[in-house]
Amino acid sequence: MDFISILSIFVLACFVGYYVVWSVTPALHTPLMSVTNAVSSVIVVGALIAAAAESATGNHSAKWLGLAAVVLASINIFGGFAVTARMLAMYKKKERR
Amino acid sequence: MHEGPALPAWVALAYLIAGGCFILALRGLSSPESSRRGNRIGMFGMLIAVLTTLLYYHPRPSGELPLSLLNYKTVGELIAAIALGGAIGLVTARKIAMTAMPQLVAAFHSLVGLAAVLVGAAAFLNPEAFGIVQQLSPGSGWTVYAPATVTALINPVSRVEMGLGVAIGAITFSGSVIAFLKLNGNMSGKPILLPLRHVINLGTLIAILALIAAFTQDQDPLIFWTIAGLSFLIGFLLIIPIGGADMPVVVSMLNSYSGWAAAAMGFTLHNTAMIITGALVGSSGAILSYIMCRAMNRSFISVIAGGFGGDAVAGGAGAAIDRPYKRGSAEDAAFLMSQAEQVIIVPGYGMAVAQAQHALREMGDVLKKEGVSVKYAIHPVAGRMPGHMNVLLAEANVPYDEVFELEDINSEFARTDVAFVIGANDVTNPAAKTDKSSPIYGMPVLDVEKAKTVLFVKRSMGGVGYAGVDNELFYRDNTMMLLADAKKMVEEIVKALG
Repeated sequence: MDFISILSIFVLACFVGYYVVWSVTPALHTPLMSVTNAVSSVIVVGALIAAAAESATGNHSAKWLGLAAVVLASINIFGGFAVTARMLAMYKKKERR
Repeated sequence: MHEGPALPAWVALAYLIAGGCFILALRGLSSPESSRRGNRIGMFGMLIAVLTTLLYYHPRPSGELPLSLLNYKTVGELIAAIALGGAIGLVTARKIAMTAMPQLVAAFHSLVGLAAVLVGAAAFLNPEAFGIVQQLSPGSGWTVYAPATVTALINPVSRVEMGLGVAIGAITFSGSVIAFLKLNGNMSGKPILLPLRHVINLGTLIAILALIAAFTQDQDPLIFWTIAGLSFLIGFLLIIPIGGADMPVVVSMLNSYSGWAAAAMGFTLHNTAMIITGALVGSSGAILSYIMCRAMNRSFISVIAGGFGGDAVAGGAGAAIDRPYKRGSAEDAAFLMSQAEQVIIVPGYGMAVAQAQHALREMGDVLKKEGVSVKYAIHPVAGRMPGHMNVLLAEANVPYDEVFELEDINSEFARTDVAFVIGANDVTNPAAKTDKSSPIYGMPVLDVEKAKTVLFVKRSMGGVGYAGVDNELFYRDNTMMLLADAKKMVEEIVKALG
């Protein structure tokens, strides 16, 4: 993909983000932050490639950095989604009696 | 010349779908009913992104046939790393107290930032793995290799993206660590003001940008690591002067940065899922910062400049102690509320500190049984992060349709018998509407003073709010101060009601 295609995706995604986030109810702003935490850890994709890659130079530091990044991103993914789910489960409507 | 790694079409499509799932996950948060499904869609998107990365056939630097990551000898290490991180994450998510949510979110931000730095550094050290190496002879397929000791040249555009990604990631990391320490109480919430800090900060930022420019010309490891080092430093310097009252803005701002860091890495790695997510998270944090600033009537620049929320501005506080005020007991409060038609409860950070939310809900239940209408009013900056109070009330089983935002409930105070302020202070101060000399003048506040009676729970008369301003509300005729620990006071009121 060339730079302009990528930039187009990015700019359009910013607009989508703008409208989607304004529609989030203020009561759910804390879950919003924890779920954005979880999804931004999609950076794990890059970490996995780095951690698995062979090195042409025989220098393995890139691999270890990648593995460390996989651990950090996984903490965020599992922790972020789980804590969001835990919070969202608490939001209940008034019981109709 | 700058084509980046050629991904098979299905892989590109899968990343796009993952990005779409993340959009739906945020969209779900428009109402509590749809939010739970949204969260599951988000998890599904992450699963797609990770599985795709593991399954597709990556081109190999050695020039051998492409392999999927599952075929690498190292796949065991990958699974172990995911399992280790996943276990830590799940245990933390299960154990964390809801009152500690701001710290947790700050800690999570720091991890995203650090992960971005690590991935950026890995891409710098092993650019072949990411296919961002300059094609020396176009059309000849894979890169022409220099001897094994020489690092391959990285595309200049990729170098800019990489430099920016590492810089933003490092700022996110060190800034979030400071925010975490302040929120967690390991570090004083008071602003730490260095002399000449604006000059130092500006100088460091300019140096980072200049180094990124130099990095496109010279792929020197020294330049790369200096960018990372200076960025760690500036993240630290940017957050230490910001006081406790501004933490909701800081947490939102760092949320935004973590998104931009992910987006920059997405640019480096040409990954649509990362770019879409980064843009979403970046705008999300930016909007939250804007909402928080608006709720405090402060400009983003003045928050960043820092210094707000210390003791320095407490001008009127000394004189204020002598002013007469009415003090009430739990029995008085119980009587007033049981006679009321409507009670509006205004919680603030103090309620979280005292862990009074469960007792408060119990009080609400007893009052409702006596036929009193009970509502909750929440100021956007109540607590230490956006939506903090809503989560705490939800935890205590307060139905979310009894909880209202400032603009939805402010007109109701005039028709309300009792406003019960617990652990909130600045957000109820009428001086924000009348006193032009007040530091919080112009901030939208809850009109609690319009209620027939204001019950104000506070530990003692001495302390002032985070803004360091005295609250005129304490001395009004229709205010009754309930001086005690918030939780104990509420429990006593419940006893008196029963």
